[in-house]
Amino acid sequence: MSDVKEKYTSIGREDAWRQELRKNVKAKERTAIPRAKMPELDAVYRAGSYDEVNVGLSSEEAQKEAARCLDCANPTCMSGCPVQIDIPSFVKNIEAGEFLKAAVTLKLYSSLPAVCGRVCPQEKQCEAQCIYTQKLKKEPVAIGHLERFAADYERNSGQAIEPIKPASNGIKVAVAGSGPAGLAFAGEMVKWGYDVTVFEALHEIGGVLKYGIPEFRLPNSIVDFEIDNLKKLGVNFVANCIIGKTISLEVLKEEGYQALFVASGAGLPRFMNIDGENLVGIMSANEYLTRINLMGAGREVSDTPVLSGKTVAVIGGGNTAMDSVRTARRLGASNAIIIYRRSFEEMPARMEEINHAKEEGIQFMNLYNPVQYLGDEFGQLKQIKLQRMELGEPDASGRRKPVPVKDGFELLDVDLAIVAIGVSPNPIIPQAVDGLQTTNWGTIEVNRDNMQSSIPEIFAGGDIVRGGATVILAMGDGKKAANSMHEYLQKKA
Amino acid sequence: MMTHKIIKRELFSSHVLKLEIEAPRIAKARKAGHFVMVRADRKGERIPLTIAGANLEKGTITLVIQKVGVTSAKLFELKEGDSIADMVGPLGKATDVSHKGTILAAGGGVGVAPLLPIIEAMKKAGNRVVTIIAARSKDLIILEDQVRQHSDELIIMTDDGSYGEKGLVTEGMEKVIQRENIDEAVTIGPAVMMKFCALLTQKYNIPTVASLNTIMVDGTGMCGACRVTVNGKTRFVCVDGPEFNAHQVNFEELLLRLNGFKKLEQDALNTFNSTHKK
Repeated sequence: MSDVKEKYTSIGREDAWRQELRKNVKAKERTAIPRAKMPELDAVYRAGSYDEVNVGLSSEEAQKEAARCLDCANPTCMSGCPVQIDIPSFVKNIEAGEFLKAAVTLKLYSSLPAVCGRVCPQEKQCEAQCIYTQKLKKEPVAIGHLERFAADYERNSGQAIEPIKPASNGIKVAVAGSGPAGLAFAGEMVKWGYDVTVFEALHEIGGVLKYGIPEFRLPNSIVDFEIDNLKKLGVNFVANCIIGKTISLEVLKEEGYQALFVASGAGLPRFMNIDGENLVGIMSANEYLTRINLMGAGREVSDTPVLSGKTVAVIGGGNTAMDSVRTARRLGASNAIIIYRRSFEEMPARMEEINHAKEEGIQFMNLYNPVQYLGDEFGQLKQIKLQRMELGEPDASGRRKPVPVKDGFELLDVDLAIVAIGVSPNPIIPQAVDGLQTTNWGTIEVNRDNMQSSIPEIFAGGDIVRGGATVILAMGDGKKAANSMHEYLQKKA
Repeated sequence: MMTHKIIKRELFSSHVLKLEIEAPRIAKARKAGHFVMVRADRKGERIPLTIAGANLEKGTITLVIQKVGVTSAKLFELKEGDSIADMVGPLGKATDVSHKGTILAAGGGVGVAPLLPIIEAMKKAGNRVVTIIAARSKDLIILEDQVRQHSDELIIMTDDGSYGEKGLVTEGMEKVIQRENIDEAVTIGPAVMMKFCALLTQKYNIPTVASLNTIMVDGTGMCGACRVTVNGKTRFVCVDGPEFNAHQVNFEELLLRLNGFKKLEQDALNTFNSTHKK
């Protein structure tokens, strides 16, 4: 990899071109440039299509935005990135018009830049630590938009630099799950020459990137492109194979695997356990999104059915709730409603997603909580009984706790209800592996410094450890686990 | 890496098909009670099918399929040598097989297929196995010889009396229960049949296991489409089952949920049949 680095990137802050770039424009001029606005599809058009909402910056917009970056001597933005991308280096390459070099720089740190540029909560990570946010009290450099720009530019240029397959060290390692943690892990290990095989339970590679996140936010073709890059580097993918079910840990060992990274995710949907929740027409966000995103339901090319209706209520206020409600709108719901027990202020979804939802005509019933579902004689959902809520004192999460308003009940007529109140860790591997320690929440217990479990040759990361977090945190875990597994296996050898 | 080639195809009747499919890893790992998720082709939906048997030397598993929807219609069209697009398993919890005494096994329709590995395992564990297989008429009775081979006694019931005794599966069961002591009953078949089997054995206080077949999307605990109320609690058939204490299953709810997609399924099948050359 170091050859690639020297050949295609220049990432030294003191390189002549970069010093010159800094001198060319005064800091004052840079900070005067307004932050680029992500071009979007028209809200009315897009609410009837699966096309990606965010269009992406043009080369000019990207270069202009990159010029805002002050190329700080101490780039605080990097401290906000779970995979420690050298942010100023890729951004300055964009400013210099070296878009391909910017893309290669990103790939030194992340296996999925086109994905991260789209779905990372940059406003809480790199951009929150940007000097513009921290010191200048201005809008941060649009690092996420720029990351996406560089990755998209490379992909669309037809000049993508072919990954160079590293020399093999002959050591076999296995990965359970092909979501962001598994892919990031595989991307790191393969660079060091490991023979990496990723086992995936579903028939498609990509995990939550495929079944969870809708195409209007992350097109499947982009995920596939990143997966193809990993394949070119030598990563093997085996679909339809569940470690702990199809093959046991013992069989993996027999087949010569030296270590396992468990990245099986938080697949189990939570329900509220309220009266009537098993009526026909109530489903988990996982079911709804999987039918549509993974199985293609609602499109002519697919056999998979999905229930649809004019009024669809989505319970929850996270990104998955926004994905579900916006999907319902695209499937023809004239009333697509978020029901959330707190207010906009506490909503965990990204601001961008909430705004996109509002623009697309999503209705928000904040400070309501379902207490009962009512159906007809066929077991079909007809109404939700909602309890009015108000905000009380802050709870353990620091958010104000919703408290029921006495006698504040309302009935809402609905055709469908989608429950998007969170997920629990997938129990298959914890149940199948003797001696693997888990927490009370069913997550795998690891040493957070190196992601190693109670069984030395098993490492774990992503939602199976965190219980429901973000793509980039999962990727950070995958990278960290790769580093420590590498160290562990080298010591052992 | 894994192809799922059809090694053998046998038509039991115009609506019931047996497929022997190459799946060495599943054949090795499966136990009685397990199921697989199957996708017929690249357009296909994922459906659960309980494993009816396995051959370790050949590395194959056996599935018995009833023609009901688009996926089963597609599976009916496959020939020996063709491959199924995707198959994953074995899934679910295996049957609790141990020495219990006398087992009364009741299978209805294609439910006899997943019942077969259970009685086979129960017999091997030293139980006396009395099996009742039931269907509407003679041509819908399947796997008679294999079931007989692994049972101490086999009783056949048909609704129309065209084969075996005339009557419902529960009538056959009640006769056996009145005749001898039964330590455990196992029932697999249409939900409504299992409901009445459970009501009967409850009357006689016989512990009973029912293997449920619900709508599923992933089959690994992710979607919750398969949820069912057991003893007042919501459980997932795919990871908590497919076998449950039959006396605690809310069959009314199960029946309603099974009908949830009926209209969409029928529309899809009509479209498939009208656009598809035979």
